[in-house]
Amino acid sequence: MIDKFRTEVLSVVDRVPSGSSIAVGGFGSSGRPDALLDALCDLDRRDLHLIVNNVGDDASGVGRLAVEGRLRRLTASFPILQEFYDSYFAGKVELELIPQGTLAERLRAGGAGIPAFFTPSGAGTMLSDGTFTLRYSPEGGVAEHVPAKEHRIIGGREYVLEEGIVADFGFVKAHQGDRKGNLRFRLSARNFNPMAGMAGRHTIAEIEHLVEVDELHPDDVHLPGVFVDDVVPAAGAGAQRPLMERSPS
Amino acid sequence: MTDRRSTAGGPAPVTGRNRAGIAQRLAQDLQDGYVVNLGVGIPLAVPQFLPADKEIVLHAENGVLGLGPAPAAGEGDPDLTDAGKQPITLTSGAAITDSAMSFAIIRGGHLDVTVLGALQVSARGDLANWYVPGRNPAVGGAMDLVAGTPQVWVTMEHVDRTGRPKIVPECTFPLTGRACVTRIYTDLAVFHVVDGQLFLKECAPGVPPGAVRERTAATYVEDLAADGPPAAEQVGVGRP
Repeated sequence: MIDKFRTEVLSVVDRVPSGSSIAVGGFGSSGRPDALLDALCDLDRRDLHLIVNNVGDDASGVGRLAVEGRLRRLTASFPILQEFYDSYFAGKVELELIPQGTLAERLRAGGAGIPAFFTPSGAGTMLSDGTFTLRYSPEGGVAEHVPAKEHRIIGGREYVLEEGIVADFGFVKAHQGDRKGNLRFRLSARNFNPMAGMAGRHTIAEIEHLVEVDELHPDDVHLPGVFVDDVVPAAGAGAQRPLMERSPS
Repeated sequence: MTDRRSTAGGPAPVTGRNRAGIAQRLAQDLQDGYVVNLGVGIPLAVPQFLPADKEIVLHAENGVLGLGPAPAAGEGDPDLTDAGKQPITLTSGAAITDSAMSFAIIRGGHLDVTVLGALQVSARGDLANWYVPGRNPAVGGAMDLVAGTPQVWVTMEHVDRTGRPKIVPECTFPLTGRACVTRIYTDLAVFHVVDGQLFLKECAPGVPPGAVRERTAATYVEDLAADGPPAAEQVGVGRP
């Protein structure tokens, strides 16, 4: 029998070593797998490479990992959190900034066995021409740039070659899931979650509601269990979480 | 039509549209059936001016087609936000997608218009709006939106806070995209970009063409309609 559901989040996340790359779903706090991210902190994991759209702008979720200095590299489009930028400018964390649609497609491509693709997004800009700073020197100044990407003219238009992303792990949050790992998301909390789940070599999904097999109609499965290795309960499953990516004030 | 270039020196004060007025003017040009993505800033004021007799679908890049108005205070759903992470409602006929599908919609040219703010726009329609060197870099979906959307409409103040023109011969800030802007709506004027050339199409009520000239660093062609801004019902019919 296939049963991917585990109640102990920490024992599941314990298989994620320091130094791992992790594709993470969520857009701000919407659809963000906080139970899994908190477990990384509770297990004192460090030197992590997160591939995720946002950092959030408080010390929860991805922001907690950033504030606690657990990141080696961030691949993101919108990492707005002052503490993250402070670490970036101090040379403590690398930033690979990419357009949001390129992030989504790189994850999708990685999970789909596509090693690279050409896209018009960002072609000829400093995000693709080798001038964006990947890492600052702790002594000040630039230590390393994001390498220039291959450009090609196709049909008279300029495109940039972007590589698919396969991460060591995928972290996903879903509204409903069953023991086979079939997942259904809710409203705009879906966002990057299907792609993060596809891109992980080993994907862990936290779910708000565990449902019986067949309770999800096959037409309603957003991410099939073939992409999912472990299913765990979400933090405060079913509870409301803070909505805004802004400081309480 | 005559070529115009700005002149140096301190221009006399002029008052054009306020930020809501810029959004209101732009909203007049949205046609029935358009699918539109709105960026942050002035573009977020557009929905309140959407004409009731037109069905216009708003898109948010986090995967929402059919954004409705904000919910009443305290009635927001944490699983339903716009791209600025603010709570929203859905209109009837709305659809939800994942982020890859959302950007397939954007990159694949399936939106009609994207409305964005800008730091600078060049005479040929280059856009700089994502990064001021030395500050915190973040790009979001801006580069995908300008790469994929057929019509990219910029809303912005005509000059920056120190009075420097934002419509320039060449952008000095890092580019978001090249030759992508098709219209510029400012407090003082409306410009169109056609085949790499900039046209002044309208001045805001009470704003003389000379005041626009003094505050525009880029070269443009003056192509003003004889009777000023079009009435709402004429907008978009046979106009470039």
